[in-house]
This record gives sequence, structure tokens and C-alpha cells, in this order.
Amino acid sequence: MTDETRSAIRAFIVENFLFGDESHPLPADQSLIDNDLVDSTGILELVGFIEERFAVSIADADIVPANLDSIDRIAGFIARKQAA
Amino acid sequence: MRIEQYLRDSTARDGAHEAIVAGDVRLSYDRFLDLSARMATTLRARGVAPGERVLILLDNGWQAAVTVFATWMAGAVICFVNPSTKAARLAQIARDCGPALVVAEGRLEKLVDGVAELAETPRLVTGASFEAGLEAEPFAGETLPDSGLAALIYTSGSTGEPKGVMLAHENMDAAARSIASYLENAATDRILVVLPMSFGYGLNQLVTAMLTGATLVIEKSFAFPQAIFERIRDERVTGFPLVPAMVAMMMQARDLDPALFTSLRYITSAAAPLPLAHLDRLRAFLPHVRPYVMYGQTECTRIAYLPPAEVDTRRGSVGVAIPGMRTEVVDEMGHPVPPGTVGELVVSGANVMRGYWQNEAATRRALRPDPRDGTLRLHTGDLFTADADGYLIFVSRTDDIIKPRGEKVAPKAVEDVLHRMPGVAEALVVGVPHDVLGQAAKAVVVAASGVVLTEREVMRFCAQHLEDHMVPKIVEFRDALPKTESGKASRRLAAEPAPTTGSNA
Repeated sequence: MTDETRSAIRAFIVENFLFGDESHPLPADQSLIDNDLVDSTGILELVGFIEERFAVSIADADIVPANLDSIDRIAGFIARKQAA
Repeated sequence: MRIEQYLRDSTARDGAHEAIVAGDVRLSYDRFLDLSARMATTLRARGVAPGERVLILLDNGWQAAVTVFATWMAGAVICFVNPSTKAARLAQIARDCGPALVVAEGRLEKLVDGVAELAETPRLVTGASFEAGLEAEPFAGETLPDSGLAALIYTSGSTGEPKGVMLAHENMDAAARSIASYLENAATDRILVVLPMSFGYGLNQLVTAMLTGATLVIEKSFAFPQAIFERIRDERVTGFPLVPAMVAMMMQARDLDPALFTSLRYITSAAAPLPLAHLDRLRAFLPHVRPYVMYGQTECTRIAYLPPAEVDTRRGSVGVAIPGMRTEVVDEMGHPVPPGTVGELVVSGANVMRGYWQNEAATRRALRPDPRDGTLRLHTGDLFTADADGYLIFVSRTDDIIKPRGEKVAPKAVEDVLHRMPGVAEALVVGVPHDVLGQAAKAVVVAASGVVLTEREVMRFCAQHLEDHMVPKIVEFRDALPKTESGKASRRLAAEPAPTTGSNA
């Protein structure tokens, strides 16, 4: 499940923020913000994607780096949300 | 007065007071002055002489604040470039300003390595090399002129090439004192800067804080607005400078808690027009916060502000001239037009730049003599009307500059990249309204015959060669570019809806 989650998130990032550029290594623990992979408006798109794809609801207070600033963190966040 | 003197004076008044908060780092005025003085010695030791440029490629952080003040103490000029700048533009800037030293984030070393113009330039990189620079003996200080250059701030000209706005210490001093007076800044203020300090509006927050002995809370990114709002609560922030794109993001939040903003005294908005609907919602959401709508240009820092008490009576206005600045709306000959008539806004005052670095032609276009007495005035390139009381209403720009999230983008700079893309025959770039960014770039592309391009491919190519905000949000394919009757490709016509539809993919 988590691997599947990770690859879905990775695919979304590659498609939407790298415009399909597969050459980027994009390690799962890499900060999306510090590496300029996602900007402010990108996070909102990412939140919309997660809500729809994984059927979780995300409150404003959840939209913080601890939950969303790497592929690993996003996968962990989704797993916690789904378990709740 | 020189700007580094602000730091010395505020330290003399209360050295134990907090000057800088960045992440877990908290620097008192004593400590901030000491670190800056030590770094100034290091800059001199690395060969930076008075008047030379220090190219700064740093994220918002305490290191950036130290580097800025160290450069000024050493009598040198900051050239602060956004760390998300791509190699081609960085090369243009490096060629233009000829820096004596580069101070960069460790992760950007590869970017710097790729710029031939910087191959021979000494480098200081965050981490061990930067930390070692803070071990030097504090710089003794020298008598330096107020007329010395403080900053070269690069902005985009209408053809896309970077132009270095030359601000002397006395220009920045005039702007800072004027702004701090109407914002009523004091040592009790805690100002949160999340705007890039490479941006005039961001840098200005550091300067204002040091002038008034206030505390500057430095944050790197607005990508997680909620994290910034929690910071505002936890650090009891009183002043929050914004661009309209950030206001738009705030207003998109679903369950934003006004309690996060209890400590806030004022917000400011600049860099692009703030939609009235957003201003109204912000006021309804945070009735205790004074909203300052402002207007300015890198070339003089700030031009006008709307006093919060006038928001309801002067709807849609960006306000009146800031203290010490003179504003006039003029016709093409440079003569004032009657109230209510559209003309170009020209301004004068001690805050106006010296000109553009090594670019006399651009300087002569921007700083032109008043036909009445020959004194130089800054021509803003913005069309305005003024009412009888001098309240200004923005009409439009006189050129094709697009301003996504308040940053100037020359359509030509994006078109140049598109023309380098294999498979593109011709392209035009225009600005279109965007919910969050205010304005976004739209590319109208004609593919070479037999070539099939997709929107994604075009965006990907642009993303590899341009900063994020310059990448077109919309790509429209056409069989031919819209042309005027004389056969010239026309951005104005391209901004209108396409006669034919959609992608050629």
C-alpha cells in the first residue's frame, strides 16, 4: 500500500510540477520546498490531489511541512489519515 | 545616513533586544552586530574592496541578514539574486555586475559552477566556509559616504535583459524613514518577512526593522501558509508584509482561525494591485488589523500608500505619495494633466535610484528632466489618474510587462526561451488574469510544420530554463500568430481569445 501511495504521489509531482520530466531523481525523503520542486500554489494542487485520490479530508492545520514536504512524509500522512 | 549605521544605533539603544529570529536561531542586536562585523572582516580578507559587488545567492535566513550588513560595513554593494534563478539569467547578471565575491547556499554550488562568468570569482558557501568567516576579528569600521551604493537590485526591462537598479545608502535611508513613519514602526514591532530578500520589498523589511530597533522574523517560503500563520501566533508578530498572491492564498483557506493573528497590528500589500474583493474579505476576517495598500517600484522602493482610514472613501486607489516623495501624472511632453485624466506617473524624491548599473540608455529613459526646471524625475511606465487631492488610481502599464505574483516578467524573455525550443516555429507571450497569481503568462505557440507539440512539453521546456513564476500557465497552439494589418506579430491581438481552438496534439 505505502509503495503504491508513494508511486502515485511521485507520478503526480512529475506530471504536474516537473511537467513529465522523468530525469529528476526525486528521492522520497527530499524536501520538495528546499529543492524548488513545488511552490506555494503547487502545494494547494497537491492537497487537492491527495484529497481526491486517497479519499481523505485535509484541514488547513494539516497543511504543514511535517505532513507534506517530501514523498515519504506525504505517504505517512495519508496512512495516518486513513487509519484515523 | 548609511544603512549599517541603523544596526549600530539600534544596538547602542538596546543591545539585548532581539534583532533576528530565523528558524531556531535567535540573534540579539549585540550578537547580530558582532556577527556582521566579523563577516565584514572576512569579506575584506577575501578581496572585497569598497564599491565592489557581492553577489548573494542565499535563501531567506540569518546568514542572508548577516551577509547584507557585513557587505555594507565593508563599504561594498549587495547584489542579492533570487536563489531560484536559472543559470542563463545568473550568467547575465554576473556579466553585468562583475562581482568580487559570491556568497551562496551549499546546494547552489553546482549552479554557480555552471556559470562561466563566475569561474574565477572567490566563493563563500553556507556551512563550514561561512561559519569560519564568522570567526574573524570584528571589523573596526571606516568612515564611508552616504552617497555610496548600497544595492544593485536586478529587475527585468521590457526586452527581458536584467537591469541593475542602483540604490545608494541615502536613497534607501530616505525610503526606510518615510515607510517607517507611516507604518508607525517601533522597537516593539515584530515583522515577519517571507518575501524573498532578493526582492526590494523583502530587503526593505530588514532595513526597516534595523532602523526602528524592531525584531525581524525571517521565513523562507510561503508554500505552507498554515506554518507561517502558526509562526505569526508563536512569535507574536505585529507586522506582516504580503503580495496579493499571498492574500489570495489566505482567502482560499477553508477553516482559517482568526485567533492565529491576534498579535498582528498591520499588514501591507505591494508589488501588484490587490483586488478590492480580497481587501474587503481580509478586513472582515481580521478587523483589528490595519491594512496598508501600497504601490512602488524597485527604482525608488515605494511611491504611494493608502492610509487605512481612507480605505472606504478612496476605493480602488493606491493612495497618496509617501512622505518626502512628489508624484505627478503627466502627458507625453511631461506636463501635468488635470485631475481625472490618464497620464504617466512620474515621481521625484531622495528615495529615487541613481540609475541602472552601466546602462546609460535605460537610465536616460527612466530618469528624465522636468520640462519646467530640468530636475530629474523617475518615469514609472505606469498609467494613472490622480484626483484633486493627489490620490492615485492605477490604469495600466505602458509596456507589455506581466506581473505574476508581483514579479516583473518581460514577455520577450519567455518568448526567447520558446524560440529556442525544438519544434517551435513562432511564439508570443501575453499576460492573462489568474486567481492566485494575479496575472500569469500565456504562450501562443505555432509549431513547426509536421511537428506535434503538447502543452506539457512546452511547459517542461520552459520550466527547465525559466524561474517558476515565468513558466506559462496556459499554452495555446495556433496555425499562425495574430498579426497587425502591417504584418507585425501582435501581443495585444494574441491576448484576445483564439479564433481557432485548442492544442494541435
